[in-house]
Order: sequence, then structure tokens, then C-alpha cells
Amino acid sequence: MKKWQLSLVFLSSLLLAGCGEPYLSTLHPAGEVAEIQFNLLLLSTAIMVLVISTVVIIYTIVLIRFRRNKENENEIPEQVEGSNKLEVVWTTIPIILLTILAIPTVIATFYLGDTSGMHKVNAQGEREAVVINVRAHQYWWEFEYPDYGIVTSQDLVVPTDERVYFNLLASDVKHSFWVPAAGGKMDVNTDNENTFFLVFDSEKAEEVGNIFYGKCAELCGPSHALMDFKVVALPRDEFDAWVSAMQNYEEKEPETDVAKYGKELFEANSCIACHAITPDDTRPYEARLAPNLADFGNRTTVAGFLEFNKENIKKWIQNPGEFKPGNKMYDRANFTDEELDALAEYLLTLKAQE
Amino acid sequence: MNAVTAKKGFWGTVWEYLTTTDHKKIAHLYFIGGGFFFVLGGIEALLIRIQLMKAENDFLAAQTFNEMFTMHGTTMIFLAATPLLFAFMNAVVPLQIGARDVAFPFLNALGFWLFFFGGIFLNLSWFFGQVPDAGWTSYASLSMDSSGHGIDFYLIGLQIAGFGTLMSGINFIATIVTMRAPGMSFMRMPMFTWTTFVASGLILFAFPPLTISIFLLMFDRLFGSQFFNVSMGGNTIIWEHLFWIFGHPEVYILILPAFGLFSEIIPTFSRKRLFGYSSMVFATFLIGFLGFMVWAHHMFTVGLGNVANALFAVATMAIAVPTGIKIFNWLFTMWGGSLKITVPMLYALGFIPSFVIGGVTGIMQAVAPLDYQLHDTYFIVAHFHYTIVGGVVFALLAATHFYWPKMFGRMLNERLGYWTFVFFFVGFHMTFFIQHFLGLWGMPRRVYTFLGGQGLDLGNFISSLGAFFMAIGAVILVVNIVLTTVKGKKVTVNDPWGDGRTMDWAISSPPPVYNFKQIPLVRDYDAWWYEKMKGNKELPPSEPLQDIHMPNGSIIPIFISLGLFIAGFGAMYVPSNIVGDGSPWGVVVLVLGLALMFGSMLVRSLRDDLGYYIRKEELEDDVERGGKAI
Repeated sequence: MKKWQLSLVFLSSLLLAGCGEPYLSTLHPAGEVAEIQFNLLLLSTAIMVLVISTVVIIYTIVLIRFRRNKENENEIPEQVEGSNKLEVVWTTIPIILLTILAIPTVIATFYLGDTSGMHKVNAQGEREAVVINVRAHQYWWEFEYPDYGIVTSQDLVVPTDERVYFNLLASDVKHSFWVPAAGGKMDVNTDNENTFFLVFDSEKAEEVGNIFYGKCAELCGPSHALMDFKVVALPRDEFDAWVSAMQNYEEKEPETDVAKYGKELFEANSCIACHAITPDDTRPYEARLAPNLADFGNRTTVAGFLEFNKENIKKWIQNPGEFKPGNKMYDRANFTDEELDALAEYLLTLKAQE
Repeated sequence: MNAVTAKKGFWGTVWEYLTTTDHKKIAHLYFIGGGFFFVLGGIEALLIRIQLMKAENDFLAAQTFNEMFTMHGTTMIFLAATPLLFAFMNAVVPLQIGARDVAFPFLNALGFWLFFFGGIFLNLSWFFGQVPDAGWTSYASLSMDSSGHGIDFYLIGLQIAGFGTLMSGINFIATIVTMRAPGMSFMRMPMFTWTTFVASGLILFAFPPLTISIFLLMFDRLFGSQFFNVSMGGNTIIWEHLFWIFGHPEVYILILPAFGLFSEIIPTFSRKRLFGYSSMVFATFLIGFLGFMVWAHHMFTVGLGNVANALFAVATMAIAVPTGIKIFNWLFTMWGGSLKITVPMLYALGFIPSFVIGGVTGIMQAVAPLDYQLHDTYFIVAHFHYTIVGGVVFALLAATHFYWPKMFGRMLNERLGYWTFVFFFVGFHMTFFIQHFLGLWGMPRRVYTFLGGQGLDLGNFISSLGAFFMAIGAVILVVNIVLTTVKGKKVTVNDPWGDGRTMDWAISSPPPVYNFKQIPLVRDYDAWWYEKMKGNKELPPSEPLQDIHMPNGSIIPIFISLGLFIAGFGAMYVPSNIVGDGSPWGVVVLVLGLALMFGSMLVRSLRDDLGYYIRKEELEDDVERGGKAI
């Protein structure tokens, strides 16, 4: 490769890095909502750059022309009181600029705040849009699909190219639900349910292997930084397939001996008291104290942020306090390596579909 | 008993400061106290940036990190920026309006000691190992969930310090309204006095909501009330409203005096009258007024509804107009002037572009739907550091150099001053500019770590590097202060910068205890400049030379504050506290502390303290004290 080609590659990669990672960055809008917000970012930046340049130009002229030097050291400049004309100018122009910014702001506020679509029903009285109840806990996310009778956690599965509506509520302290690439955040209050919608663009989803990153954006305790989740954005038919697989989820008896032993351990150590292993958990959400583990074998991460592999599952079960300080499971356990292996093996068998 | 005849020596000086009611000495106290907390907050900032230097760093544990940024924010806002501004208000405002002291010297001392004991109370949390960890905003759901007494230290410490701030605010309002020298109409007041006046007005209206919100949370945590307990019908959003009804004006309480300081520095070193004075006054009022109308822009993502979001978005944008007026008036003050680039002027020149960036990113966040993306990310961290460091801290550093001769009678070293500026300015932009992008790339704020491979590594490293530059700048400043104090050049003239415009530059540096031998007569805006241009060497007096009535010093403010401080500890350990480690002894200590406080107040009320007089004859002999100015 020639030198200029190398530098071109280097420059373009720098430029790309300047926009962050496509699965996480707000500068790679992946849907209608993020697009609107990105356009507002561009508009406001343009106006603001205009303002900054005006200031910088005057500032530079002042610095060049009006320095005190040996020659004019003893001169007293004219003591100007001010200028009404100029005051009017720099009052009026900002007002005009702000009006240009305010109009799309108000329009977008009402447009993005309109969640009436979530109540639309078809002729059979069934809801048309996908509605998901997001329940935030210290430091994990639960996603309930009330219309499908599915409860899952950490991985949010959504269909692409349509509005997905969310009801947000926190169980302990305030959190904030944020999928940067797909759109702005909404607070998850303890007091009331918030509603909003996002759209996930199918092409953008494909670019990132169908997985967007989600984060908690409101300080919620020591492990706030690690309260991540993933959004699995699937084309409508794949989404439907996932829904029906989850609806027809059956608890299979593990096949290998190791996994069988794991299941025994899972029950004997009362993991099952908090962790449901089927998606049809009908208890009220306050009683669902821990992530639902149905379809765990297909998760994208361990504990929302660790790479998904058996080793990490084992480490997490043994030492959750080391990975997520202040988590509500326990600080550390005393499983033998054999037991950890069995538990991990068992958990990996929990799958809705291959 | 009075300061003029007080016994000297080290302990004599200490006693003098402990009991002083002289606004100039209280200014020193605020400077030292605020400076101490500024260094403390700076160290905390450095530790934060070290932790975030690389992905998955383990320099600080998660809990410690949360404590660190909570204390950094709280310390910088309440215990560093505010008191340092009070230092300059105390040092300068009475001189600028031709007064001998503030309206209530005793209250002034009490205000300082309350701030000081409040600050100590808050920071004792480090020694108890139970440190506030819910952010400086201390949102109610998390602060109710926090274990240990950390949040109690925050609540009680801020309550005590907040009382002090409120008193000082009232004091400045009374001083500026009633104690201006003859001829100084409102529209002849220097800009720093104006901004102090408006900021004090903001304190008067903004601190009561803080007091209330703190009381509500304190009662929830200590006495079993349920204001913020959702399951009992409480509501945590109320905390957010109350906090921001205080919190937003609070940032204007900081920035308006900073504007005022630059409005003194820029005309001085441009040798030119402040451009558009009356519109500057108008803009100050407008900013102060609008400052109370925009608090919910901190809450765009809370779910207040479309109408509230749209209204607060537009109201917030409106603030850009008066702020823009100010920026352009400063630029046109320099236009046609004769610019001398001294250290204070360098900060002013650094301030203008930095603050403009901070201002425009504020407008970007006023765009509510865009704020859904920017809120609670590093973008907002960058924004408010551009306004608070680029605005307030630059102003404080500028004023430190500018007023040092007036406050301490020596000039700070110019060369070291330049180096501080260079390191601090470069470090500041390095630290915070990249943070705008970190936010846009998806990094939430208040995270103790970030994972590698998400495109956030390089930006965080650059940011941390910048923090070290800022620290070097700060260290040079401390060295400068120490060297100057030990062997700095003494100032022998009234107006060491040569181009002083206001009355503070017409009297000796530092001024005598009574400031003006005779209260001056003000004949125009920029009174001292006016007289200089007329060829006069002094301000014209407005009264014959006569005995001067001065207030006595008093140790009582310390006892009142100490009483409240002790009571605070008692309150923390009452049996009903949420932590569950209370005992009846808590109540005993609470009562004893309150008894000390009210007892001290009673002594103060029952004892007649009529102050003392400096005799006319003494004043006539007082040539070497610099009283000769008038």
C-alpha cells in the first residue's frame, strides 16, 4: 500500500472513530427517534458555530488592533458609553436565531412525546403496536411483554422498522433507560410509569449484527456504571418466531449428567426462589426479585456486561460482588469448581430456540 | 479591644481573625477557607480522572468513586466557589460603594463561621468512613437507599453552611441598598456591586427551597417522616423540583458575580469605560429573573409532559439573549481601547471564548428532544465545567491576581501567574472539550468505570491528561501565593494597576480598618477614574473629618456555629434515624448543641455592644496607615 493510501485509511478511521461505535453512539442514529434528535443536534450546532465564529472574529480583531504598545502607552482612549443601535442588533439577531431553533424544538417535543399509538387496537381488540414494560432494578433490567405473556431480562428483543412502546417503572431507586443509537433516554421513576417509544432501523441493525447497547443513565448506586443491557433488534418475522418460541417455552429435562447435577444444585440452593426459569412468570413485578433466566442459553452477555461464555458464568456465580459491587444476589458464594461447572452447564441448556 | 490597638504576635493575630467583624479580614477568612476546600475538591477531581484514565481501572472502588464525585461537586459548589466569591464581595463591595463596612458586621462573621463549620461537618464524613454517595443532587430515591450516615453528613453540613450563605446574601442586599456613599445612585454603582446585589437577591429566594428540601429529606432519614417514601404515598420527584428550584438559580449566584469581576477587569485593562453599562445592568437583572423560570430543564427526561418540556425549553433559550448582550458589550469595551495583557486580563481573554462555548452547549441542551440524548452524559459534564470553570473559576483566578494587592498589600508574581494561566487554560480545554464527544458517543456521567472497546478509551485518556495540567497550574498558583506572602513586593500606591476606575483603587492597599477617613462624594460613574481625569489625587469628601464609629470584634459567632455543629452530630444519632444506630445520647447532644447556640444568641441579644470610636485626633495622626488618601 502506498503512503498516501495508508494515510487515507488512517484519516478515515480517525473520522469514523470521531463518531463513536455504531452500536452505542448517538452520532450513528439508528431509527426515527435518534434521527430527529441527530438533526436537532446538527441544526443547533450550526447555529452555535455561527455565534462562536462571530465572537471569535470580533475578538481576534480586538486583540490585533487594540493592544497597548510603547507608542500609545500614555493615550487615553475615548470613553464611549455604549451604542443603542448595537444593543438592538445583538438583542434582535439572537432572538431570531433562537426562534429558528425553538420552532423545531417544540414540534419535536410534542411529536416524540405522543404515545397515543400504544393504545390503538385492531378489529379484534388486539393492540397493534409492541408494548414492553421495562422494570429497572439495582443493577439489572426486566422486560415484560404484557400482550404476549413473556417475561425476560437483560436482553431486550424488539422488532425493527416499527414503533416499540415502553412503560418504564423502577422497583428500588430511580434509573434511566437509554439506548443511545436508537434515541434519547427516559427516566425510570419509582413514583410513576413513564411511557415513550423508539424505532430501530433494520439496515442500521444489520450493520451492528442486530445488537445495540443500552445503558442506565441515572446514578443508582455503586454498580450504576455496569447496569448495561443489550437490544436485540430483529426483523418482524424473526421477532414473531422468537415470541412464539417464548410462548411455547417448555422446561426441558437436562440431558447430560453434569447439567442434571446443575439443576439439582439450582434447586437445592434456592436459586429458583428468585430466578424464574420460564418466561410465563405471572407474579406481580415486585415479587420478581431477580432476572428471569428463561432462554438464558441465548443471552448476549453475562450479568448484562460480561462476554457470554461459560467461564464468565462460573465467575459471576461465585463472585458477583466483585463484578457488580452492591448487587442484590450475594457478595460471594462457596461453590466448588465442579458445582460451578454443573450450574453453568445447566444454565446454558435453558433455551427457547436454537 | 479594637483591631487597631489589638495585641500582636501570632496568637494575637489568630485571636484577631477568630473575633473579627471587619469585612476585609472576613474576606481573608473566606479566601483561606474557600481556597482550602478548592484544593480539596481539586484533589478529588484528580482522583476521579485517574480512575477514568483507562478502561476497567481499579484505582478506586465503585463505592469510593461515587463518594469522590459526590464530594467533589458538593465541595466545589458550596464550599469553594461560593465562599471564594464571598471573599471578593467582602473585600471589594464596601470599598466600591464608599462604605466603612457591611451593614451587619456581626452577621457577616456569623455567615463565615456557619459556612466553615458546615464545610468541616460535611468533610468529617471521610473520617467516619460514611461519605455522601448520591451525587451533589442527592436525588431522593437513591439518597433514601444509601446506607450509613453519608447522606446525613451532606444534609446537615449543607444546612449549616446554607444558613451562612443566606445570611451573607441578606447582608449584602442591606449593605448595597443603605450604605452607598453620597452621590452613588444605583445607576452609578460599579458592575461588580450590581452583580453582587442581584446574586444576593437570588440567594434570598433560592436558598429557602434548598433549606426546605434538605429539611424534608433530613426528617425522612432522621425522624421517620415519609415525604419521599413512595410506598407510603410520598413522592421523590418533589425533591427534584425543590432541588432544582434552588439549583438552577445557584449557578447564576455563581456566574453573575463572576461576570461582575470581569466587568471590572476588562475596562481597567482596556483603559476604557464599560460599554453599554445600563444594558449590562438590565441583562444582569434579566438573567437573575429568568434563572428562576427554567429549573425544569434539568428534568426534561423525568416525564413532566410535552407542555412542560416545551415551555421550559423555550424559557431556557431566552436566557441566551441577555448573556449574549453581556458578551458583546465586553467585546466592545475592548474595541477601541488600549489593551494591556496582565494576568487578570489574560483570564478575561480566556474566559470569553470558553464561556461562549459553555453557553452555546447550554442552548443545545435547552432543545428538549436533543437533551433526551445529552442529559446525564459526559456532554453535560463538559457543558457545566465550561461554564463553571471557564466562567466562575477563571473569574476567581483573575480576581485573585487583580485584588491581591488590595487585599494583602503585595503583588502576586506576574511570571508565575502567566504559567498558572497557561497550564490551567490548556489543561481545562484538554480535559473538558473531548468530554462533549464522550457524551455523544454514549458515555453516561457518574460511571466509576467504562468497558474497553466501546470507543471511549482515547477520549478518557486525553481528558485525564488535561486534569494533570490543571493541577500543575494550581500548584504553581499556590507556590506563587506562598512566595508572595514571604517575600513579595509591597504595594505602596493606592492604584497598583495604574488604571483603576472604581473607588476601591482610591485608598491604600490594604485599606485602613475604617476604609475611608471621610466618606467620599461620588460625582460620576467610575468615580475614581472621573477624579483622576479631572486631575484630582483624591476623592472629594462628603463629610468633615470626625470620629468614626466602628463595631467591636466578637467570639460569639464561633459559638453559635459550634452549637449548631454539635447539634448536627446529635441529630444524626437520634434513636429514630434510618440507619438504626441511634441512641438517646443523640437527643442529649442535640439539645446541648442547640442550648449552646441559643445561649450564645441570648448573650449577644442581652449584652449591649455599642462598638467603639476612632477619635478624630487618631485619624489625623494616622498618616502612615494610609488614611491619608482622603
